[in-house]
Amino acid sequence: MVASGWIPTAYNRGGHQRAERERSLASAPGQPKPILSIRDLSATYAEQGAILPVLDRVDLDVGEGEFVALIGPSGSGKSTLLDIVAGLIEPDRGEIRLFGEIHAAERRLGRSAYMQQRDLLLPWRTAVANAALALEVKGVDRRTARDQATQRFIDLGLQGFETVYPAQLSGGMRQRVAFVRTMLGGQRLILLDEPFGSLDALTRASAQDWLLDVLSRDQRSALLVTHDVDEAILLADRVVVLSGRPGRVIHQEPVVLPRPRTRDMIASAAFVAARIRLLEQLGLVHAGAGS
Amino acid sequence: MTGRTLWRHTGRWLPPLLLLLGLAVAWQIWVEVRNTPDWYLPAPSQVIRTLWEDRSSLARNAWVTLEEVVAGLAVAIVAGVAMAIGIHASRILERAAWPLVIASQAIPVVALAPLLLIWFGHGLAPKVIMTALIAFFPITVATVDGLRSADRETLDLLRTMGASRFQRFLIVQAPGAMPAFFSGLKVAVSVAVIGAVIGEFVGSDSGLGHAIVLANASLRTDYVFACVVVLSVMAITLFGIVLLIERLAMPWRRFQVEERE
Ligand SMILES: Nc1ncnc2c1ncn2[C@@H]1O[C@H](COP(=O)(O)OP(=O)(O)O)[C@@H](O)[C@H]1O
Ligand SMILES: [Mg+2]
Repeated sequence: MVASGWIPTAYNRGGHQRAERERSLASAPGQPKPILSIRDLSATYAEQGAILPVLDRVDLDVGEGEFVALIGPSGSGKSTLLDIVAGLIEPDRGEIRLFGEIHAAERRLGRSAYMQQRDLLLPWRTAVANAALALEVKGVDRRTARDQATQRFIDLGLQGFETVYPAQLSGGMRQRVAFVRTMLGGQRLILLDEPFGSLDALTRASAQDWLLDVLSRDQRSALLVTHDVDEAILLADRVVVLSGRPGRVIHQEPVVLPRPRTRDMIASAAFVAARIRLLEQLGLVHAGAGS
Repeated sequence: MTGRTLWRHTGRWLPPLLLLLGLAVAWQIWVEVRNTPDWYLPAPSQVIRTLWEDRSSLARNAWVTLEEVVAGLAVAIVAGVAMAIGIHASRILERAAWPLVIASQAIPVVALAPLLLIWFGHGLAPKVIMTALIAFFPITVATVDGLRSADRETLDLLRTMGASRFQRFLIVQAPGAMPAFFSGLKVAVSVAVIGAVIGEFVGSDSGLGHAIVLANASLRTDYVFACVVVLSVMAITLFGIVLLIERLAMPWRRFQVEERE
């Protein structure tokens, strides 16, 4: 596969990214400079007069070039957290610092790229036109946008499907198109909300592989919500565990596996140990079961 | 077209055609057995003869009616879509105009025809207005529904891309409203022909509605039937044209429909 830059020139941090990361690693060991920094975040929904707390005093950092996975029971406020970061909703309290700046929800819109479980492809747009959407919204002219999307199609094995409508694509391919759309926006932080949740096990595994592949060449920061512990460990540099509703951060698990990651690492001791600790935190195995 | 889709189309058209043919034959037999007078109930064969013999006067009148229908539809489409967008975009319009649009459905617009005659005379205008009034409602209601049906999450996705309200309208809501708009347009086409004919009934010197009134007065029942046949063919053809435009305008729907089947 061609190691081409995923980020449009304005954002292309290219080679010096790694250097910068090493520098920040040197200044604060294990803690790269945060691109997203959430402090004391609480959120509630008002539901039929009652107030439903969903997030409780959450602190969370995502470093430059870091991949953070967020797991937690369903209803623990993971999607709400991503909605808040994306700028769709405002929290009740707490602060969200994105790229060093604090903004109200309205002004957070467009600063990070958001990919949800539903691919949300527009049925009347061809695959490539869907993928080019974020660029078009930013005012890039239609042809340039679609040319860029077409180039990205090759990396994801989508060549030949450019002018096909979403209804003609399989679930796995639709998810890839949605991913290209997410990446082409050029934002340095991508938010992924169970992007592979609706895929069958095999398609899901291949989706994880292309995600690893693309991100290894790209070095963007990512915050991934998943309910799949293996997926979290395989993809992330750090796994953050939320408690049941209202969600609080109850555990942070650094993943010490080397990069590039490969699927056979699932059998490694580090992977198994991390997995047991995470399952314990989620209450799915009892403490001490693995050791 | 592959053999299978050809068969599917034939399978869809054949039964109603056969039924129609059967009804015509029964009618023919009935007329011949009972020996009904032509002014009371002409046989289908007589109607066909009239269609042929009076083709030039029928065509002349049909052309007038067609003009009224097409002009009325055009006005209804422009006004209906504009009204729908207005209602969708503006809270004030939504609160003020939308209930009126719905309530206006209860007004028998047809009853306004004599008034239109008083205000606009005997020419093209009152028929076009009558047609437009009747076709306006289905187009407006369907388009408003279509605009409202846009998927919340998709709109939110556009917001996270930093899309403006206008961009969200252009990229998501407007194309998403197309299927509903065409459903409304199909209803509008059918009622538009009715609107034009009623406009002609009330006061006119040409058109198929006018021809029906004249033929009826002189007991040319066969000519009345001929007019009805021409009107039906006109309505069905217009409907077919809308179907065709719909397919061309939304090529992606074919795959969606196949997916659903
Ligand atoms: N728009 C909303 N209005 C009211 N309650 C909501 C809304 N969105 C989510 N919730 C509730 O908030 C809780 C957390 O939802 P969510 O953030 O989607 O959790 P998760 O993604 O971790 O499953 C759930 O109990 C859900 O029912
Ligand atoms: Mg969720």
